[in-house]
Amino acid sequence: MKYKLYGVVAEFTEAREVVEAAKRAYAQGYRRMDAYTPFPVEDLAEALGNKWTRVPLIVFTGGVVGAVGGYFMEWYSMAVDYPINVGGRPFNSWPAYIPITFELMVLCASIAAIVGMLVLNRLPRPHHPVFNVPEFERASTDRFFLCIEARDPKFDPAATRQFLQSLHPSSVKEVAE
Amino acid sequence: MTESIQSAPVSDKSCPVSPLGYPSSLIAPGETYESVTETIGSIVLTKKPPPSWLVGFGLSFALLMMLFAAIAWLLYKGVGIWGINIPVAWGFAIVNFVWWIGIGHAGTFISAILLLLHQKWRTSINRFTEAMTLFAVACAGLFPLLHLGRPWVFFWLLPYPDTMGLWPQFRSPLVWDVFAVSTYFTVSLIFWYVGLIPDLATLRDRAKTRAKQITYGVLAMGWRGSARHWQRHQMAYLLLAGLATPLVLSVHSVVSFDFSVAMLPGWHSTIFPPYFVAGAIYSGFAMVLNLLIPVRKLYHLESVITLRHMNNAANVMLVTGMMVAYGYIMEAFMAWYSGDIFEQSMMANRMLGPYGWVFWLLMLFNVLVPQALWSRRVRTNLVALFLVALSVNVGMWVERFVIVVTSLHRDFVPSSWGMYYPTVWDLATLFGSVGLFLTLLFLFARFLPMISMSEVRELVAESQENKA
Repeated sequence: MKYKLYGVVAEFTEAREVVEAAKRAYAQGYRRMDAYTPFPVEDLAEALGNKWTRVPLIVFTGGVVGAVGGYFMEWYSMAVDYPINVGGRPFNSWPAYIPITFELMVLCASIAAIVGMLVLNRLPRPHHPVFNVPEFERASTDRFFLCIEARDPKFDPAATRQFLQSLHPSSVKEVAE
Repeated sequence: MTESIQSAPVSDKSCPVSPLGYPSSLIAPGETYESVTETIGSIVLTKKPPPSWLVGFGLSFALLMMLFAAIAWLLYKGVGIWGINIPVAWGFAIVNFVWWIGIGHAGTFISAILLLLHQKWRTSINRFTEAMTLFAVACAGLFPLLHLGRPWVFFWLLPYPDTMGLWPQFRSPLVWDVFAVSTYFTVSLIFWYVGLIPDLATLRDRAKTRAKQITYGVLAMGWRGSARHWQRHQMAYLLLAGLATPLVLSVHSVVSFDFSVAMLPGWHSTIFPPYFVAGAIYSGFAMVLNLLIPVRKLYHLESVITLRHMNNAANVMLVTGMMVAYGYIMEAFMAWYSGDIFEQSMMANRMLGPYGWVFWLLMLFNVLVPQALWSRRVRTNLVALFLVALSVNVGMWVERFVIVVTSLHRDFVPSSWGMYYPTVWDLATLFGSVGLFLTLLFLFARFLPMISMSEVRELVAESQENKA
């Protein structure tokens, strides 16, 4: 059967093996690759060359928008659009506006956190080539995978396969696009 | 395939103990990634529900139907079917609201605060308690809405450019409440769902029927466990925990402002916010124990929910219980020390007036009985622990009754004094809301993993590393 190659994937049974493999692959010059694990493995993303994420920046922006927007809404409605004089108290009675300002900050930051995380991860994405590998079913239980993708400039079907074999995985498979 | 836990029951007697005799393990020895995933996942995927599930679900569902009947009658007749009137206009609806929202606090406390404090024991109970939070907040939200009198115009509480040209009064604690509770529900839901995504992917991969594969697959949104995804997922999860931590403290503080901003003896007090928050965590942990003890037994989860979890939860209950007891003492002391005649007569009336017996019941349930938790034998005896937790749950409900009713029924002018008695519809709504809560929990236990499988796998990885 002829198919377009997405990459080559190696299967490991231990978390530290896949971290080690990722480091070796990075040292070999591979960049377009990803690891798949059933739980978050420390240092793995860093070993693949992903040092930091933009999630905190997005969450911070969400929080600022929520807080400023919340206070503005209260100030505008209570002091500008429909001021009500309650015993001569100031229209911009800021201490009374703090609870809702705070709640809206948390609300907007949280929505930014989930939306930002999903968008950066390009999810939802129901299908992905790695799902074509039958063994990948266990990636969400007890197997750890390292996939070097065909779009990597250093990728060569035979050499990459041989390189992955040298890392002593339990199996190496080709991934169809 | 490794042996699953159902075929190898773990007894609590075999739970390892620390040198001081406290239960020490978070997970039974010899567990593997596959075995913990199978233990938790199989409840949802392969098994028929146990007969006790059907019985429990049936009873809860019957109570839920009672709630619907009570609400239908309420919408038809109006809030007059409840025992509320002037001077006690708040009654059961607000008592139940504060009680439920308090119960909801343990979930976020366990998920967020204990995550930030690196308390590993939260791992096998956080998912369940987050679900408990969501359902408790859903029950809580029901009561103020029904109490509005015309619930169908509830959206007048929200700021939107309406044709009347009016805005909600943002200086009012009741409007703060709308924002606090709806934010709390939304953020809890987001936090819960973000944690669920990897587990939904596990269920998708392990499901045998097409319908389940598609359902869990859609919910998992194509999660594939990519290391880059995990990195962002973990960061988002950590930040959500950081956001939820002040949120959980703010929600019950705002609820307490509903009382303490009012110029009423017994309500107008600066101790209310911290005292309410401690009480919320107290009752939340009591509910956690009341639910987890039977669930653990029913689903044979002894290998992942160990006696150490029970012991720790009991310790949190003991500490927050002492804070609540301190609150009671300070309330009485400040009433006397203020020299304010209205405060003093309120406190005398609370202890010795027509509702005095309720106050002393509160002391029994909330202060006296929980002292049993000083004993390690009580903390690790599941029957005793269950009974103490039940006492606290009832006690916290009674506390809110005392706060709401004794302050309202006798205010400044004796001519406006009165009594409050609940009607059968009050009781039907309260027990009906318990039915709603339990129905949702039973459905959750049937269709979603009660314990975070990916986090328990992390624990397995750690315990293997420790051994190596």
